[in-house]
Amino acid sequence: MAQRASTASKKSAQVSTQVIKDLHERMVRIRLFETEAGKLMEAGKLPGFLHLYVGQEAVAAGVMAALRDDDQITSTHRGHGHAVAKGVGFREMYAELYGRVTGACLGRGGSMHINDLTRGMLGANGIVGAGVPIAVGAAFAARYKGEDSVAVTFFGDGATNIGTFHEGANMAAILGLPVVFVCENNGYAEFTPQSGHMLLTDVADRAAAYGMPSVIVDGMDAVAVHRAATEAVARARSGAGPMMIEAKTYRYFDHQGVKGLRHPYRSDEEVAEWRARDPIDLIEARAVADGTATRAELDDVWRRTRDEIAQAIAYAEASPLPDPADLLLNVYSG
Amino acid sequence: MTTTEAPAVATRKLTYVKAFNEGLAQAMREDENVFVAGEDVAGYGGVFRMFDNLLDEFGPRRMIDTPISEAALVGLGVGAAARGLRPVVDLMFMDFIGVCLDQIVNQAAKMKYMFGGALSVPLTITTASGAGLGAAAQHSQSLEAWLAHVPGLKVVMPCDAYTAKGLTVSAIRDDNPVVVMLNKVLLGSTSEVPEEIYGIPLGRAHTARQGSDVTVIALGRMVGEALAAADELAAEGVEIEVIDPRTVQPLDTETMFASVRRTNRVLVVHEAVTFGGLGAEIAAQIQDAAFDYLDAPVLRIGAPFSPVPFSPVLEKAYVPDRARIAQGCRRLLERS
Repeated sequence: MAQRASTASKKSAQVSTQVIKDLHERMVRIRLFETEAGKLMEAGKLPGFLHLYVGQEAVAAGVMAALRDDDQITSTHRGHGHAVAKGVGFREMYAELYGRVTGACLGRGGSMHINDLTRGMLGANGIVGAGVPIAVGAAFAARYKGEDSVAVTFFGDGATNIGTFHEGANMAAILGLPVVFVCENNGYAEFTPQSGHMLLTDVADRAAAYGMPSVIVDGMDAVAVHRAATEAVARARSGAGPMMIEAKTYRYFDHQGVKGLRHPYRSDEEVAEWRARDPIDLIEARAVADGTATRAELDDVWRRTRDEIAQAIAYAEASPLPDPADLLLNVYSG
Repeated sequence: MTTTEAPAVATRKLTYVKAFNEGLAQAMREDENVFVAGEDVAGYGGVFRMFDNLLDEFGPRRMIDTPISEAALVGLGVGAAARGLRPVVDLMFMDFIGVCLDQIVNQAAKMKYMFGGALSVPLTITTASGAGLGAAAQHSQSLEAWLAHVPGLKVVMPCDAYTAKGLTVSAIRDDNPVVVMLNKVLLGSTSEVPEEIYGIPLGRAHTARQGSDVTVIALGRMVGEALAAADELAAEGVEIEVIDPRTVQPLDTETMFASVRRTNRVLVVHEAVTFGGLGAEIAAQIQDAAFDYLDAPVLRIGAPFSPVPFSPVLEKAYVPDRARIAQGCRRLLERS
């Protein structure tokens, strides 16, 4: 069994009104960014691949609300949600999906590689597990420079079967670095269910192998994720070393793309069960019930975000394409 | 940072490994952001003594012993470089890059590009390549062609102590990921090395010997073999020109082309397997740029298509040497 941190703690059961609103807004921003991107893909407007994050919003929102701008994250190929929650702008994100020169990677990266150094977003990554040691390096740099920023690495359940996860976890532990390992366990490695790729029920058990405390949280509950993240981040920032959070969550759409919710690898019932515990519905119901926010206030977040997204898409569509004459741009420094 | 050519005069000789060590130490003194991480680099000083005494001077903050985890080690360097440090990570034997190639090829080499130029990855990877120590098939390879094929990486191959120091300093000062391929057989070899810190410009070839009859383009340890072959041929009245690219990515082809236009005959020699090696690339580029100047097809000499053997007699037969280079030059001259 994993050495479990005290997190799920009741002690911090109260989170402020401001935090609830913050979590809600981050999730709405992800949801709308993603669903609109899905529509654009279906309409044939976007080249390449699209790995949607819808359903997992509580994880990105809960963790990112516990971070500062100078904290660093590394992400996965399902990285839009992390980028949005970390504060990367809609405009450069949509422009990147469109392959425009105004995109986050100047049109060189696309959906799987969105990054923003100014937001501490050290990159979505096309290689499963590859972001783990990079976050360890970012945390190393923070400590080396005497800064108190932390690094968070996001990865899926499937990524914990690859070497970089294990090497990175051990490296962070042995060097005592301020890294938070966040496993977004959505139950599937692409199309293979967890039972088909590991014999464990809880990925968090893997942390014990590296002397790292861990906690399991409901990944559909942004407040629960946030509490765990707050504790793990504070722990890392204080110099107590790395910790792992396993958030049990679910992706609504397919591994890639939008269509095809009827897949033999999972049942309609299963998808419906998880959708019934939608992370945004959950926080909205709670907020309205306890008077944290009115329905009108919540609706206003959706409306404002929709407007912002419409403008960002218009911006992306109006943006110029990269100039083929610049094909060799940024291959090398200097 | 500017990289200047070394002063011409040196008053002492140093071994290749000590020259590397001195350059690294000077680069660490020059820039607080330079640190070293690797397996047994700190407490032990590195299996090849490359990092001797550095822990004493720089302490455990800047000299970090890591677990045997090459992927995480290079990843540590990538992440730290992205955050403004200048990591030097050591991979001990070049053969080990197989276990961390993703971090080198997909992460370090592509990060600047994928960030739209918003950051650089001033990562230096040091490693020892080459056969000749009886270390056999998993500890003796020259895999420069793998790395030189990847846009975003730079690869240097010092042929002597002087270049080991200068190229190491330049690699550390460079804002790109650079792999420094030290050669195991050369570790104890000596040459004149200036005491002050100096960098050798990356991407510029060095004409190690001037000659009029054949151009020999030699990589890494083969420079010494080519110079020895040149002495042998000079006694026969044949003058060969020896070009040391020093950096194999980016490759200074202009210096090669200019030489070929003068000598009209070219031999490319490297320790790596001939098939798919850099000799093929260099030969193709020369044909493209200077076909009309060639009096014979470009000749390549490299290792046979086999893993590096263990038994000394086989290993000796495997690695190109001065005799094969001299013989190659004679063959080129027989054609007209």
